[in-house]
Amino acid sequence: MGSIAITNGTLVDGAGTRRADLLIQNGVIAEVGEKLDGDTIIDADGLVVTPGFVDLQVHFREPGGEEAETIQTGSRGAALGGFTAVVVMPNTTPTIDSAAVVRQIHDLSIDALCEVVPSAAITVDRDGEALAPMAELVRSGVRMFTDDGVGVQDARMMRTALEYASGLSHLADGFEIVLAQHCEVDALAAGGAMHEGEWSSRLGMPGQPAEAEELMIARDVALARLTDGRVHFQHVTTARGVDLIRAAKAEGLKVTGEATPHYLCLDHSAVASFDTVFKVNPPLRTPADVTAIKAGLLDGTLDAIATDHAPHTRQDKERPFLDAPPGMIGVETAFAIANTELGADIEKLVELLSINPARIAGIDDRHGGPIEAGRPANLALLDLDEQWTITGAALASRSSNTPFEGRSVRGKIRHTIWNGDLVVTNGEATR
Amino acid sequence: MRRNGARHLLSMADLDRDDIEQILNLTGSFAEVGERSIPKVPALRGKTIAWLFYEDSTRTRLSFETAAKRLSADTMNFSVSSSSVNKGESLRDTIETIAAMGIDGVVVRHRAAGAPQQVADWTDAAVINAGDGWHQHPTQGLLDLYTATSHLGDLDGKHIAIVGDIKHSRVARSNAIGFATMGARVTLVGPPTLLPPSLDGWPVEVTHDLDAVIDDLDICYLLRMQLERQKQAAVPTLREYHHEYGLTSARADRLGAEALIMHPGPMNRGVEIAGEVADRPNAVITEQVANGVSVRMAVLFLLLGAGREPVDESAVGGGLAVA
Repeated sequence: MGSIAITNGTLVDGAGTRRADLLIQNGVIAEVGEKLDGDTIIDADGLVVTPGFVDLQVHFREPGGEEAETIQTGSRGAALGGFTAVVVMPNTTPTIDSAAVVRQIHDLSIDALCEVVPSAAITVDRDGEALAPMAELVRSGVRMFTDDGVGVQDARMMRTALEYASGLSHLADGFEIVLAQHCEVDALAAGGAMHEGEWSSRLGMPGQPAEAEELMIARDVALARLTDGRVHFQHVTTARGVDLIRAAKAEGLKVTGEATPHYLCLDHSAVASFDTVFKVNPPLRTPADVTAIKAGLLDGTLDAIATDHAPHTRQDKERPFLDAPPGMIGVETAFAIANTELGADIEKLVELLSINPARIAGIDDRHGGPIEAGRPANLALLDLDEQWTITGAALASRSSNTPFEGRSVRGKIRHTIWNGDLVVTNGEATR
Repeated sequence: MRRNGARHLLSMADLDRDDIEQILNLTGSFAEVGERSIPKVPALRGKTIAWLFYEDSTRTRLSFETAAKRLSADTMNFSVSSSSVNKGESLRDTIETIAAMGIDGVVVRHRAAGAPQQVADWTDAAVINAGDGWHQHPTQGLLDLYTATSHLGDLDGKHIAIVGDIKHSRVARSNAIGFATMGARVTLVGPPTLLPPSLDGWPVEVTHDLDAVIDDLDICYLLRMQLERQKQAAVPTLREYHHEYGLTSARADRLGAEALIMHPGPMNRGVEIAGEVADRPNAVITEQVANGVSVRMAVLFLLLGAGREPVDESAVGGGLAVA
């Protein structure tokens, strides 16, 4: 692999925005300077060069759900979306709850276009009954545990998991293992197909109240306090959920939170179409919640934008709203939606899409910048102003369940470099 | 409303006052047909209507079938048991299969809210919602309006209470909109556990005290109390429900002489309505059933046969019109 020079670009990486050229050699950034030359030259005039994005939550469906997505197709979409690392959720078949399945994920990632970082289940088979072999999993490289879409319902189990995980740092180079929670109390949310409120009432749809999320956030804040454990709140959707996390952070607890792009611009009124593309869990909430989520991202209460990329086949989505599986795809459109909808500058977007999630996932030794000599060359080159229209059929995912069909957005990934390899060039995946 | 070029009846919210009056007028004409010695007209001869009932229904289904036969339409039944849904055919595949046989209209009942609207997105045939989950049951709403107007005339300023399990009732959702559209004052009556979580945007008043409104009512509309609600602890006991929200004999005595007692059926005598009250002269419950056939004739005719006798197309208005 020859060297790559990126010239005339503007670097944004949290260490100050500056104009500089980059030379990439042998997978790492060899030099940051002026008038650099390489075997391949990318003229980045007018582009922003950022650390590659890191997605804390994707479902690539492999193994077990390959008709909806594979690691290959999912990672291609991720690369096209500027991501150089994604954390895959453990709700595969089999569940990622042993080192053997972690190795299987690594084997399946051999042709991936970005780094695929397995998370693992907190409990065996995500059924909330028995703790997964966390030490074995940490030894195999896992840094984030989550029971994903079900959340750990039992407070005692969650407490035990936090306590046990807090004793595993010595297996993880001192990194404090993080438990990521999908916050939803089943007792209030079970059976619901959308946010409980004005629209569920009008549409005659069973709802999931915001309180189902708030209660579990409140509980896990309490457990983080009790155990001194690390909790990451996945896809926060409620205004009061954001408030709870803000207060927990002010108290100094080790909590972090994320929001997804779809909660930045869609609300529960979308369900009036009964289009199952708008079915997602947690559900689309009220416009006031949307405002609060954006504010939470902008003021640092929420640390990251993660996509919860959740592909589903056409036949699975072409069911009645009540019966269709929840989930939306999002890796390829995340940056454009955030750039268009959040009202943040590029420095803030890089924090939310790269620097913070890399730190949360424990992969900041190689992702999330800074852009300096000696660092692995994981980079995204962005055109902040390019206007384009999202079309599900044109996305790399095997599935096309984007809620943004036909939406005009601003900002496009032009090139993505992963470990020095040009995996996306001029908006096209190279493999 | 129109989707995919066809006209549909999916929700009472799609109909304005003119649309409703149009349908009710036509219902009157078809009610006369029903009184003839041979109650049949050739209005929909050559048209094919499919029944797509994902949820058990005897009454609504028979009512639609009778209406279709009186209009001389051909009908076919796509037998859908709930198990065939579990066997994995998507709703879209099912409707495309039926449409491939060549149909002009499809009458859909489904336990899932919105299913008829999805069907309308996926087919060129006219879709009629015969009840979807807790969402809508527009032909029930129309037959209730027809029944009410046939006794009370203009509904402007009339007061209707819809009593019982509003939360889980498609009939309540259709009627709240329908009666309000026709100018009536609508009060929802029920325990908080059986009211929708939010009533933002509903043209209604709410009370938990049936006795507070009973003397003032022109219509007391009772909803069927699903017996499983007791198991879900939405009400402590059916006995208590009857005591607080049932139309007991004592409450029925307080209704005005002209006030109507209505119920969509099937009734739980002794729960939402005292057995004796259901048989009083101002209880128009069986009349509602009879009117159901005429209303459904009107709806089928407007959606599938507009432009033919006995109405001319220019008279077909608003939400049911050819745009």
